[in-house]
Amino acid sequence: MNAAETGAWALLIQLAASTLRVSTPLVLAALGGLASERSGVINIALEGMMLVGALAAAIVTHSTASPWLGVGAGMAAGALLALLYGLCVIRLRSDQIVAGTAINLLAAGIAPFVCKVLYGATGQTPSIGIENRFQSGPTWMAFALVLAVAAWLRWTPSGLWVRFAGEHPEALSTAGIRVNRVRWAGVVLSGVLSGLGGAALSIQLSSAFSRNMTAGRGFMALAALIFGKWRPVPTALACLLFGFADAIQIRLQGVVLWGSEPVPVQFIQILPYVVTVLVLAGLVGQARAPRALGQFFDRG
Amino acid sequence: MESWRGRLQPLAAVLLGLSLGLAVTAVAGENPWNVLKVLAQSSLGSWYDLGMTLFYATPLIFTGLSVAVAFQAGLFNIGAEGQLVFGALGVAAVGALAPGVPSPLAPLVGILAAVVGGGLWGFIPGWLRARRGSHEVINTIMLNFVAAGLSSWVTLYLLRNMDSQNPETRPVGAGYLLGHFSSVFGDAPFSGAFFLALLAAFGVWVLLWKTPLGFEIRAVGQNESAARAAGIDGARIRILAMTLAGALAGLVGVGEVMGNSGKFRMGFSPDFGFVGIAVALLGRNRPVGVIAAALLFGALQKGTAALDFETEHVTRDLSSIIQALVILSVSAEGLWSWMKRRKGGMGA
Repeated sequence: MNAAETGAWALLIQLAASTLRVSTPLVLAALGGLASERSGVINIALEGMMLVGALAAAIVTHSTASPWLGVGAGMAAGALLALLYGLCVIRLRSDQIVAGTAINLLAAGIAPFVCKVLYGATGQTPSIGIENRFQSGPTWMAFALVLAVAAWLRWTPSGLWVRFAGEHPEALSTAGIRVNRVRWAGVVLSGVLSGLGGAALSIQLSSAFSRNMTAGRGFMALAALIFGKWRPVPTALACLLFGFADAIQIRLQGVVLWGSEPVPVQFIQILPYVVTVLVLAGLVGQARAPRALGQFFDRG
Repeated sequence: MESWRGRLQPLAAVLLGLSLGLAVTAVAGENPWNVLKVLAQSSLGSWYDLGMTLFYATPLIFTGLSVAVAFQAGLFNIGAEGQLVFGALGVAAVGALAPGVPSPLAPLVGILAAVVGGGLWGFIPGWLRARRGSHEVINTIMLNFVAAGLSSWVTLYLLRNMDSQNPETRPVGAGYLLGHFSSVFGDAPFSGAFFLALLAAFGVWVLLWKTPLGFEIRAVGQNESAARAAGIDGARIRILAMTLAGALAGLVGVGEVMGNSGKFRMGFSPDFGFVGIAVALLGRNRPVGVIAAALLFGALQKGTAALDFETEHVTRDLSSIIQALVILSVSAEGLWSWMKRRKGGMGA
């Protein structure tokens, strides 16, 4: 191998590694969205759940010097917000889109609020030392969870309940299973996983929580979920694709590929969203949502 | 009976949301009464404050109307954020590329650019819904991000203001700038855009409730199959309503670019589009309600801005928290029917 080839290989390996890293929060949040949406509850609140997860993980890791406690706190924070979301959409019959939007707004307001109370500034939490941060733990977890969720949905009774709650809630109810209980589980699980995704963002990919650090990743996870047709493995692959776009646009910043101008990274940034619109429009494959997605089920 | 409940529920939701928000400030160690006083004083305490409140309310009237019009046609417009970005970018682009247009004409050209920019960004999800059957909620969320990316590209590569450190476009020609009412509101960037917003609200009311087209829009929103049976082309109506919704959101650009900054600044909108959902919801998708709700949220936005320096522990982010709590309260159908049942039970 000559020098140029070695360089190319090194670049490729670097790119693969950073793709896996930046995909991690996406995969986790998308799995969360999958749990909720397959059970019949639309979840555009992933963004907010990730944000509070990222915040809680950073705070607890900073104060206890234990990333494991941090991850736990991130999951708990996500679950707490999910409980509020569930209360609104499962119990109080709120419109799922409206309530999801409100949850995101709430998280965006609460995060700087908590920062201000704890640290006197809204910008970010104190930096966490490299020795207390995860290197690759959440990434392994994320991809193990993809397989676990796939197996769970396919082969376990409770996985079957989740699928029926999203496709034929009446049939599930007739079989004696409480539809809304299954949906509660799906929604809370979405909070736990999104919170974990947020934790990966703040204590694996960076060294602190910073304002609006999710920057639309919750929505990108939602896009991946649709692109992956609400199935675990294709969804994870979609996350990898979007993560690859992200990794490559970091690499391409300022690089001149043709002509004299650097590549506008904006076009790579918008790619996941454009792809999702095209997929939904049936222009690239077809996607079908769970049949009862978004419908309130009136009987506990 | 229904209208009585319809009117009281938003008020109760506002009170509930505000109380919960103030309770949160108590947890943070503030005196809620003091916070409330700061909010009231800083939003309505002087002519300047009032001007700022109206300035903040202006974009919310536009985005509230945008969400409301779509809603009347049975569509959920979460895309006002992207549409207002495109509207503002349209104004800024026209104003920067044709700076020489003289004053009486230039504002009209600017308004047209805002309508076209926003309208285009509303047309796309409308068309996708009507012709390809893909849901406008996801599409508009996605298009918000696409709008952010494209506007960033246009700003940084095509129209960049080289004299500034900030990511913004070149300033628009002087003819485009709207005057401020400084003899009344002092330094507040209150401009004619506010009156344009009121005019737009009136226009929406006339269109929806006084014209055959408006009847068709509402018919499609209430019962599409009945509308189809009556010979109404639902697909056409949806495309039209979503385009109109986009155009209304795009008008935010008039107040921002022509009435305030004179250019497109990346990230100028603190979620006006999303707050517009709350405004429409609170205003029960009626133009008058939208104006009232926008004024309330405008006051909240101005009032909370003062919390940054008037209080120890609370910042302007309180506005997001209160807005979120108000949305959650007003949208919780079950909460209101539960309270009604309880009240009925107590009476019996």
